[in-house]
Amino acid sequence: MPPELPASLVLEQLLNGLQFGLMLFLLATGLTLVLGIMDVVNLAHGSLYMIGAYLAATLIPHTGSFWAGALLAVLATALLGVLLEVSVLRQLYSRDHLTQVLATFALILVFNEGVRMIWGPQALLLSVPPELSRPVRLFAALSYSAYRLTIIGVGLALAALLFLLIHRTRLGMWVRAGASNRAMAQAMGVPIRQVFTLVFGVGAGLCAVAGALLGPILAVQVGMGEHILILAFVVIVIGGIGSVKGALVGSLLVGIVDTAGRAFLPMLLVRLAPPEVASNLGPALASVLIYLLMALILFIRPEGLFPARA
Amino acid sequence: MIRRWLAGIAAGVLALVVLPAGAQPRTIKIGFVSTLSGGGAALGQDVLDGFNLALRHLNHRLGGLPVEVIVADDQLNPDVARTAVDRMLRRDRVDFVTGIIFSNVLLAVGDLVFENQTFYISPNAGPSEYAGEQCNQFFINVAWQNDNLHEAMGHYAQLKGYETLFILAPNYPAGRDALTGFKRFYKGRVIAEVYTRLGQLDYSAEIAQIRAARPKAVYAFYPGAMGVNFIKQYAEAGLMQQIPLLLPGFSADADVIRAVGKPMVGVFNSSHWALELFNPINRRFVEDFRRTYNRIPALYAAQGYDAALALDHGLRAVGGDLGRKAEFRRAILLGFDTTRGRVRFNKNGYPVQNYYLRQVVELPNGEILNRLRGTIFRNHGDAYVSRCRLPDVRP
Repeated sequence: MPPELPASLVLEQLLNGLQFGLMLFLLATGLTLVLGIMDVVNLAHGSLYMIGAYLAATLIPHTGSFWAGALLAVLATALLGVLLEVSVLRQLYSRDHLTQVLATFALILVFNEGVRMIWGPQALLLSVPPELSRPVRLFAALSYSAYRLTIIGVGLALAALLFLLIHRTRLGMWVRAGASNRAMAQAMGVPIRQVFTLVFGVGAGLCAVAGALLGPILAVQVGMGEHILILAFVVIVIGGIGSVKGALVGSLLVGIVDTAGRAFLPMLLVRLAPPEVASNLGPALASVLIYLLMALILFIRPEGLFPARA
Repeated sequence: MIRRWLAGIAAGVLALVVLPAGAQPRTIKIGFVSTLSGGGAALGQDVLDGFNLALRHLNHRLGGLPVEVIVADDQLNPDVARTAVDRMLRRDRVDFVTGIIFSNVLLAVGDLVFENQTFYISPNAGPSEYAGEQCNQFFINVAWQNDNLHEAMGHYAQLKGYETLFILAPNYPAGRDALTGFKRFYKGRVIAEVYTRLGQLDYSAEIAQIRAARPKAVYAFYPGAMGVNFIKQYAEAGLMQQIPLLLPGFSADADVIRAVGKPMVGVFNSSHWALELFNPINRRFVEDFRRTYNRIPALYAAQGYDAALALDHGLRAVGGDLGRKAEFRRAILLGFDTTRGRVRFNKNGYPVQNYYLRQVVELPNGEILNRLRGTIFRNHGDAYVSRCRLPDVRP
């Protein structure tokens, strides 16, 4: 290890954290809205991410273009989300959380087994689009992956679009009204049922965006949704359930704290503790860092950073 | 009274009709527990497909006896595996157990199988525990001891003269064993030994550290989906051409190649088996596997195939008599013909065999697969056998 941390390495790790955080944001937005507005604990959210990635991996070779294939996959997953809401989720709104957890967990099993039957247990190939496979020189000392920069760009653009949608449109007003008080919003004439369906569809589409964009750097495989879903839940608990702003801040916090923890904590420990202790403690501490962060935030603000229901 | 006589006579007649040639041959029951769902499913499926292919080649008989295979999915969960194995031993009364991929799962069920005096024939998991003090007369691993492939790659890195290495593995027992095995044979300078969270998705932080540390080579042990994630990101960061990535065969076989594609071309890795090992068993295995399952077999499939061959060999040696357990074990340990040629075993049930260097290449027809590049170890055993107190097996 170099004795001094080069600034370019710190910057690179921050970009890595930002990129990871923005992808978590795409997953967490749908999850937080579904939980906040519809009051449904949807464990099958990760399955939509998996299906988005599988559809992208299938459609991209067919269309011959990464972006066309990814777009089709996003639309198809959104449609699947709408169908899922109408057929299954709608039956669960009036049930308690335990029933919802059981039913949506069953959906995970159904989707995993379905994907395995259609595509097989082997991971699929999904490559970085060739035009983005070269690194870009940002500064003299730092060149960064063009593909990861694109992910950051798409993530930021979608975050901005969602903010406009939620804070500047009538639909967004309905969504916010539904999140803060569903019964009152319904009484005031908000077409809650249609809003639910739409929100679920958009959430599913955002999952597919994350699935398609992460596919080239992560394994497109059965079960890929579960690992990332746990992180998405951490994000929405930190950010406050039902809040898109909370999801954004939470995702960036989790992404950056996790990346920085893995990158710098072991280096720090090496200076503070004997080598054996540092080599055992470093990875252990880095891997629980985001959960420590969650515990800390819950201790200070039990409702999360930006609770939707004030 | 008359009725009972009549019943007895009827039963006797029936027995004569059904069994004109004496006792009915016994069916051999195999309990096959493996990871068949989730992120490790590709591995379990490969072992199962290889095992089934061997049974087909043996006309669905082991040692001349008909076979029944009972399959269960352990979901990579030791508790689930324990329940499944318990049911197989007590309700189904299986004669053998096999199939487990992950060492932590095997370590959770091993005692159950051994206490029942049932053989566990391992097609994959090869924990150091069962190689040393806790070695067991009912355990045979047809593949390797967990450290072996890493030792081979450590030896290769040493031979190649890389002065500095950056090594990584997931933070769990097999990950720590892997890097211990690697360092047993690599004597150069390890500039960083990084342990990541089990199941970690994003490796950009570690890859940035690698770039900054500028090692002469990188060694990474990441099985299954973690391997796909790490290698994809290593390639995507443009490091494949700058810093050679050395891998154990687990992270560089058909399952990973299929998911990563072209960036894998050129990567060196270690294995006890290769597609083009020249012997009739391997040739038949590879050709029929590709035809039957329409994909290239990974090393796991060869191991599943060999597990069935081991059972067949042992059962033949005892003439299908399951009571002759010591002879069954002895026959297998003395050696039998596998997809890697004839392999013999140490007293702890682990193989003594060659380890090869392979390189991923792209064929003119666009197919990407491993090619044999040389032999790293000849007749290599494991580091723990001296601590095993079972008696030696001599011909």
